[in-house]
Amino acid sequence: MIPALALRQTSEEEAARLPALLARAEKLAGTVLLGEHGRRRAGLGDDFWQYRPLQQGDSLRSIDWRRSGRSDGQYVREREWQIAQSVIVWLDQGASMRFASQKNLPTKLDHARLLTLAASILLVRGGERVGLTGWTLPPRRGREQILRLAEAFTTDAPEDYAEPEARGMLPHARALFVSDFLADPGPIEAALTKAADRGVRGVLLQVLDPSEEAFPFQGRTIFESIGKSLAHETLKAADLRSRYLDRLAARKARLEHLCRVTGWQYSCHHTNTSAQSALLWVYRAMDGGHG
Amino acid sequence: MTVFGALGFSAPWLLLGLLALPILWLILRAVPPAPIRRRFPGVVLLLGLKDDEQVSDRTPWWLLLLRMLAVAAVILGLAGPVLNPEPEADAAGTSPLLVLMDASWASAADWRARQDAIEALLTRAGRDDRPVALVRLSAPEAPQFQAADVWRSRLAGVLPEPWEPLAEQVTRLMSLLPDSDFDTYWLSDGLARDSRGELLATLEQRGRVTVFESPRSLYAIEPARFSDGNVALHLRRLHPGPEADISVVAQGLDPAGNPATLARASVTFATEAVTAETELSLPAELRARVTRFEVEGQRSAGAVTLPDDSLRRREVALIAGNENREGLELLSPLHYLTRALEPNADLLDGALLDILPANPDVIILADVATLSAAEQQATLDWLDSGGMLLRFAGPRLAASDVSRDSEDALMPVRLRAGGRTVGGAMSWGEPKSLAAFTPESPFAGLDVPEDVKITAQVMAQPDPNLADRVIAQLDDGTPLVTRKRVGQGQIVLFHVTANAEWSSLPLSGLFVQMLERLAVSSTPTQPEATDLEGTIWQPAVVLDAFGTPRDADTLPGVDGPALITAPLGPDLRPGLYQGEDRSLARNVVTPDTVLMAASWPARIAVEGLSRPQETPLAGWLLALAVTLLLADVIASLALSGRLRGARAAAAIVAAVMLVPMAPDQARAQDDAFALAATAEVSLAHVLTGDAQLDDLALAGLRGLTETLYFRTSVEPSEPMGVDLERDELAFFPLLYWPVTPSQPTPSDEAYAKLNTYLRSGGMILFDTRDADVASFGAASPNGRKLQQLAAPLDIPPLEPIPPDHVLTRTFYLLQDFPGRYTARDVWVEAAPPDAELIEGMPFRNLNDNVTPVVIGGNDWAAAWAMDTRGNPLVAVGRGFSGERQREIAYRFGVNLVMHVLTGNYKSDQVHVPALLDRLGQ
Repeated sequence: MIPALALRQTSEEEAARLPALLARAEKLAGTVLLGEHGRRRAGLGDDFWQYRPLQQGDSLRSIDWRRSGRSDGQYVREREWQIAQSVIVWLDQGASMRFASQKNLPTKLDHARLLTLAASILLVRGGERVGLTGWTLPPRRGREQILRLAEAFTTDAPEDYAEPEARGMLPHARALFVSDFLADPGPIEAALTKAADRGVRGVLLQVLDPSEEAFPFQGRTIFESIGKSLAHETLKAADLRSRYLDRLAARKARLEHLCRVTGWQYSCHHTNTSAQSALLWVYRAMDGGHG
Repeated sequence: MTVFGALGFSAPWLLLGLLALPILWLILRAVPPAPIRRRFPGVVLLLGLKDDEQVSDRTPWWLLLLRMLAVAAVILGLAGPVLNPEPEADAAGTSPLLVLMDASWASAADWRARQDAIEALLTRAGRDDRPVALVRLSAPEAPQFQAADVWRSRLAGVLPEPWEPLAEQVTRLMSLLPDSDFDTYWLSDGLARDSRGELLATLEQRGRVTVFESPRSLYAIEPARFSDGNVALHLRRLHPGPEADISVVAQGLDPAGNPATLARASVTFATEAVTAETELSLPAELRARVTRFEVEGQRSAGAVTLPDDSLRRREVALIAGNENREGLELLSPLHYLTRALEPNADLLDGALLDILPANPDVIILADVATLSAAEQQATLDWLDSGGMLLRFAGPRLAASDVSRDSEDALMPVRLRAGGRTVGGAMSWGEPKSLAAFTPESPFAGLDVPEDVKITAQVMAQPDPNLADRVIAQLDDGTPLVTRKRVGQGQIVLFHVTANAEWSSLPLSGLFVQMLERLAVSSTPTQPEATDLEGTIWQPAVVLDAFGTPRDADTLPGVDGPALITAPLGPDLRPGLYQGEDRSLARNVVTPDTVLMAASWPARIAVEGLSRPQETPLAGWLLALAVTLLLADVIASLALSGRLRGARAAAAIVAAVMLVPMAPDQARAQDDAFALAATAEVSLAHVLTGDAQLDDLALAGLRGLTETLYFRTSVEPSEPMGVDLERDELAFFPLLYWPVTPSQPTPSDEAYAKLNTYLRSGGMILFDTRDADVASFGAASPNGRKLQQLAAPLDIPPLEPIPPDHVLTRTFYLLQDFPGRYTARDVWVEAAPPDAELIEGMPFRNLNDNVTPVVIGGNDWAAAWAMDTRGNPLVAVGRGFSGERQREIAYRFGVNLVMHVLTGNYKSDQVHVPALLDRLGQ
């Protein structure tokens, strides 16, 4: 049994991370949320879209009498289509994400977590239902859901390279997968194929550390994964650079190809660049999916 | 020790370790550098990648070479390499060793090198446990065979003498030699000497003889001579050699009385020449101030020559009664005098009153009868201060009433009216000739030529003192030359004319000799021994072997003939000797001195002093190894990718910091120092090199600064440490100089700076910090060091601080000047001897200046010392009395700074009433 004191301390530590993350994510989201964008098409909603002449099949109730009174025809007042979409989010919380090459850079996980939560907040504010892949947290609306998401994001996965959860995807939902995608691409492919089967489209956001892009190493080196499950020794790291970069480029190309095939969108983001630009891209990509 | 060429190894077997280097090469080559472990998520992408080349990943060849060099340096260093190892004495027995030194002036020039040679010899003898005796040939003593260490401690006091070993000294030494066998090291001065052969034979009977001789050429200078209005200097050297340029300087006193270099000439020895000469053109005024000529850079008595009177040209003023007889040159009263004096005297021409201020040595009045009262008075004053008035008779004097009834002040005797004429056409008798000179006469010894005839003269009245005043007379007993002393000067009257009218004396050589004897003209030649019979000459300045002038007050006088003929020795030191009316110099090198290199038989081993020093190289090699290993560290880091960004910058910065400061930075630092020192008044202490003492001095001055800040209107800034060699001193009103036996003696430039500082009103507070137990004698090491430090300083006479010194009342009224100790004696510049206490005044009217030094031993800095929070650092005394003592110490400090800054302000009698009030009187 955990002593009460230790339990309290750890729980307070855990709890302390949550508001900070929330606050940062809210702040980040605040920079993007310029206004609630409609769906740019007529539909169910509160906002006025357009007047159109009465057509066959429209009920009389739908006639806007005030507009129709100003002319001879009958007009129907159309409202903008506002429909809550379900968005499922997957954040890679594996050990490989807990890496930062320099002290003044955030870890990939921190960065990805911030981005994901900020995007979730934006989406929730936009009226969408946001949830996690799998069965742990189904999409819901409201501020409570953000808290739940934040809580879910703060737990770390033990394994070195996490696999995406492909279960529990609602048909025609939207998806946001954030990871470094360095792990075996098989599960990703499987997940995306499955998602495409269900009509789920979405966004793959690859978050990489600058050192993973540049490979600035030389000399005799033993490279280890964060969880130390993998290791590779080289006598001359500098010689590996070009081949490593080739492999990385190949991986990116593979992801991009996968997205193109499945109708997803792919972007790569580095931890030393502004989170805001990435968030903007994510938001537009998600929005564009609707459009 | 194994010797390869100029390199020896004390542990040569360790060199076998070098054989292991190739093996090490192979091992190091096979082992790649240690890997660095990195966390890197991208490792998944690396899996399965193979390294292209296996070879290049081994340690690169240059790094291997670096390491090999480092290891080789370590092996070589540990093998104990010695450059130019001293050959081990092949006869390193335990037979005693006699170190025989010529110790003459000729060995003084490289005495330091000789001492080093002896030191090495003693070290070796100490290692071999041989008894050693040190004997100077120029001052022989019975050889005392003692342990080498005993001699080593006494070596610094073994000095050369300014003469060459005399034959009798060599004989004496031979009689003092012990009967037992011994080896001899003979430090020869390189000059040939007759006595060497016999001594060498004697020494060879006792054991091996090795001779040390300096290969350096010895320079010597002959006494300066006068030729054609210039000073001719002849130089010699011992060994003919390549062309050499040396300079000769004339040292003397500048108008302010400070020693200065008056003139400098460069002399070039032609190839293979042993003599060279130069001429110095000096104005008479400058020439009179020259005290010595020396070969620059040669510390030897032979390279110094002292000028005596022979170099002095006397100034003679010629005044005739009537000079208007145009065209009659031979009848001019001054013609013969001019001819006689011109070669070796400077002649002045003009009116008497115009000439007197120029202070000529001699004034000659030829047939001048009367002088005006003003002229007479001025002439008498000039006579009192040592002038010589030479008068010649003539028709005017004979016709005048001068000195007729009573003796004229400017006449040696009374004269009869008219004079007399003998041997003329209208008179009886033959022309008179001169009588032989009496021994008391200054002309004694001069030959009287037969053909000198006197036909007319002025006659002296027979007075009681006439006999004393006659210094030359005719054969009939009538005076020809009379003399009277006036004050320090004299009046001489020739009873004949200065031309050939009355006598043929001016035509004879005797006339010139008589003028020389009277010191009217300077003698161009050295006097003969017989000339100086019966005279005693007092040494005024003597030279030591290094050519340094020494005070000769305590030396006995020297007999005249001995001064000329005797060789230089313990009884006759080279120097300047003062006689009755002239001075004579005995110089080490004279034109007769033979400078010839000593020749030694072929069987004698002659070693030079300039043997390269034995240099152990182990330290250098090990330092090289460490440097290489450091470079290896950096290179390895760079190679393994650990040296990036900030680390590389740090490494480069560290490397740059090892490079000495650029001059620009040094100048900027100087400027910063000057700005810091001059922005406010700041106190300063002399950096002694002892970190603890320097810190304490700084803390002491900080305490004094604080005290001044709180109590007075003096608000000094932070005190500073001053490096005498580097820093400018003029910025500081007060220098605190704690004396410690270990501190280095400042260089000559630093002393020049200190003297300028003292002359321009600076003050140095010397603190021996030993409670003055030795009363500044040599009994305490600090006292000794103080004497040594202060010797080259320009310090006026000192006295213990008198109770009415202005230091006692510049701010506080003080009687004692305690620091951490309470010794009473604090020394300041002495009051002028004529300072007297005026009745009713509490203090004398003392010197105007700030005392340039205050010397004490009370460790004031310790009493003043404060940390940055104002807490005292060092305990003073006990309890309240201790605190009181500290307070008085602060007050002394305040008074001192006030004294420096305000001078004798509180000495002004204006303050008397207030001070009397405060004193409660």
